[in-house]
Amino acid sequence: MEYEKHSEHKHHHVGYGTLILVWVALIALTSITVTVAGISLGVYTLFVALVIAAIKSSLVINIFMHIKFDEPIFKVFLLVSGFTLMIIFLLTFFDFIYRG
Amino acid sequence: MSQNSHAAAAETHGHVHRDDIGSKMGMWLFLFTELLLFGGMFLIYAVYRYQYPDQFHIAAMELNTGVGTLNTIILLTSSLTVALSIAALQRKNKFLSIVLLVITIVLAFAFMVNKYFEWGAKFEHGIYPGSEELLNKPNGEILFFGLYFVMTGLHGLHVVIGIIFLSIILAFIKLENSGLYWHLVDLIWIFLFPLFYLIQ
Repeated sequence: MEYEKHSEHKHHHVGYGTLILVWVALIALTSITVTVAGISLGVYTLFVALVIAAIKSSLVINIFMHIKFDEPIFKVFLLVSGFTLMIIFLLTFFDFIYRG
Repeated sequence: MSQNSHAAAAETHGHVHRDDIGSKMGMWLFLFTELLLFGGMFLIYAVYRYQYPDQFHIAAMELNTGVGTLNTIILLTSSLTVALSIAALQRKNKFLSIVLLVITIVLAFAFMVNKYFEWGAKFEHGIYPGSEELLNKPNGEILFFGLYFVMTGLHGLHVVIGIIFLSIILAFIKLENSGLYWHLVDLIWIFLFPLFYLIQ
């Protein structure tokens, strides 16, 4: 439980205020995404929803999950797994769309 | 390891080997396997939505946006309380940390209660996997509801596991990794919500 002494100096502690601010932003983005869904934007509806979801997850990952303040190796992990998932999506869609 | 025995060990040995980065790394690696698990399902969703855009829209109209929005707010708030709980722990405020953890668990239960009523309403309308009502619908709608039940069901299972995880933490206090797990549950919901509840 106690934050170990020998590596404590490396830990960046996020303040209560920052966390609450991020939560306010997340709730605001949620109300934006709900409102936008009610307006017909045609093909852009899905795009806007996904961009907002991406912004929300980057807030959660960076601040709540502390990635922004962690050692760089965790960012590398995240990039590698995100990139892998992206490749799986791209290859599947190439296959699906260009199938005869 | 409990706090007391830990503190006692630290006193007697003066130096305790702890690899917190390694522990966190293990947790993140596990979370990436989860990402691929849900990622595969989002992929199936993407392909079928691409194939049946209109039927996905019609089927999504049946979902209750209000309940979805409420559950989004509940889950985001629980993500905040677990992050605050860790922040309190880092400031050695054990009492506040425990209070925030209890609030997180209560919010998680609230999420599941909403989910129960939401699914219950679907069942009453005869919409559940393999039901006659559902199987008479066109393919795209069957797929939409199939994915809806599997994906929100698997997510709900993660919420339940998260509740168990967080409860164990209340007793043994090794908060950070289950905090990460709880944020993952939130992250998945951030994508599930617009993709299922907000198609107009």
